[in-house]
Amino acid sequence: MAKSNDVAVKPRKKGKGINGTNTIQLYSLAAIPAFLVFVFSYIPMFGIIIAFKNYRFDTGIFNSPWVGLDNLKVFLASDDFARIAYNTISMNLLFMLVGTTCAVLLAVVLFEITARKAVKTYQTILITPNFLSWVVVGYMGYAILHPTSGVANSIIQMFGGKPINWYAEPGYWPWILTIASEWKGVGMSSVVYYASLMGIDASLFEAAKIDGANRLQVAWHITIPQLVPVIVVLSILRVGNIFRGDFGLFYQMSRNVADLYETTDVMDTYIFRVMRIFGDFSLSSAAGLMQSVVGFITVVVTNFIVKFIDPEKSLF
Amino acid sequence: MIKSRSSIVSQIILNTIIIILCCIIIYPFLLVVGASFTEEKALVEFGYNIIPAKASLKAYEYVFKNPAAILNAYKITFIFSVMRMVLAVLLQAMIAYPLTKKMLKGRAGLSFYLYFTMLFGGGMVPSYILITQYLHLDDTIWVYVIPMLVSPWNIFMMRTFFAGIPNAIIESAYIDGANEYRIFFTMILPLSKPILAYIALTTFLGAWNDWNTSMLYINDDSLISLQYLLQRIMKNLEVLQNAQAMGVDISTLQNASEIPGETVRMAMAVVVAGPALVVFPFFQKYFVRGITVGSVKG
Repeated sequence: MAKSNDVAVKPRKKGKGINGTNTIQLYSLAAIPAFLVFVFSYIPMFGIIIAFKNYRFDTGIFNSPWVGLDNLKVFLASDDFARIAYNTISMNLLFMLVGTTCAVLLAVVLFEITARKAVKTYQTILITPNFLSWVVVGYMGYAILHPTSGVANSIIQMFGGKPINWYAEPGYWPWILTIASEWKGVGMSSVVYYASLMGIDASLFEAAKIDGANRLQVAWHITIPQLVPVIVVLSILRVGNIFRGDFGLFYQMSRNVADLYETTDVMDTYIFRVMRIFGDFSLSSAAGLMQSVVGFITVVVTNFIVKFIDPEKSLF
Repeated sequence: MIKSRSSIVSQIILNTIIIILCCIIIYPFLLVVGASFTEEKALVEFGYNIIPAKASLKAYEYVFKNPAAILNAYKITFIFSVMRMVLAVLLQAMIAYPLTKKMLKGRAGLSFYLYFTMLFGGGMVPSYILITQYLHLDDTIWVYVIPMLVSPWNIFMMRTFFAGIPNAIIESAYIDGANEYRIFFTMILPLSKPILAYIALTTFLGAWNDWNTSMLYINDDSLISLQYLLQRIMKNLEVLQNAQAMGVDISTLQNASEIPGETVRMAMAVVVAGPALVVFPFFQKYFVRGITVGSVKG
């Protein structure tokens, strides 16, 4: 920062910091946003105690009776827990694997295209789905997967196959959700990789060319290795959120069809349903507590790892 | 520059791959638009298709016959999106600016106070109880605005950008006797347009596509957001009619297969998503630029 701090200390007015900064004025600017963070982030943190209570609307948080670990025990012993924990983690891993691969490949292919104007147009098209809500994407999925008039079944029948009742067959959904997630997000997530490719020192490519490397060799030995640090860091940060599912993706794509819960029900959809539809605050708050605590641990651990690899990218 | 034959071939291959990919991206859009212009019977008989087997405007006629519910959802969504955008940008900048002052006492504490919310959160259940039982924001337009104004990510992105403003400019303002408010409003904000534009656009987009707030907190049909209206129509077409107290006799329509169900849904999707899709690509460069700006950690 300012070098002028080293200059002789002048007498300051009360409340004024070095260089004329005014502490009181600065704090008054920060006051309202800091207060909002307290209300909407910190108060709910204390609210997780309802996982240890039998919450009732009429008595409120403070007067609801304590039940200790009963809620957690019921939740952990239920079939729901095993299912949603498995779905949340396995789907996140699948998205991470497929998502990273697709985004990197797309970035490399775009980078290899020499016509920059064409690349701009391609990027515009590829990013467009990012502007849609999951509700609208859910409609598109419906037009494709509709059991009698959907496009997917039309194609299957064209090749003589039997139509599939997509919204009743949970087995296909991990892949359907992965495709939907990629369709919507791959353009945007490749932007980060594309940007870091643009930052590679051009002399590396020239040196490789002089050494007689062909395009594939350059891509494999120079372009992709340059991306490895970004890939590692982004992947680890995603592992930190492994216990969170994209509510919109799972809820809207599957149209919240109960027949599909076996593969499409994740922590977030489960907590929402149990709380808002069934009104069961004991079970939903126990699930919420699990998500908060496991989320905290994974985020802290993964950030600790990232800090070792690349301190610039860690959260703390 | 002379291009070798092999490089021309590889360029053709690469471009073809991306063009195929672009077609895959565009296809569902065309499918929904095509279906919305198809006659209901033709759609049921021949299935969804980009090119209508038999073209018809019936679906749009049905949607626009009673546009009150759609217009109201557009109005509500536009109002709360603008409110959230303006307030979020302003409030987040107000806390990001003090965080750039290395000499400010308690700066590290304030930073950690924000960081910690990125690590740990109470989750959906306590927030729901807080908003409905204690703050009573449910069934008001404020529930779309107030709980979602301050995000640590945005604040730290802003802080990084503000910190890059040359210190000499600010120093000279101090010497001229400007106070912090004046510096913030007349210097920091005008000099930070790229990051403010990015935060404003992402906030607006997030608000515009908000469906879960309505689902969680709104029971009053006159306050539901556009996306949630669309979500409900997927399950139940009558929502279009129920939201309005007009004396349209829909009972005659309902029992008949005259209601163009599938095509009306698709027409609704076009009406809801269309305008945003026309507008947002114009701002795309800000989104792309913002990602690269934001990837620098402060």
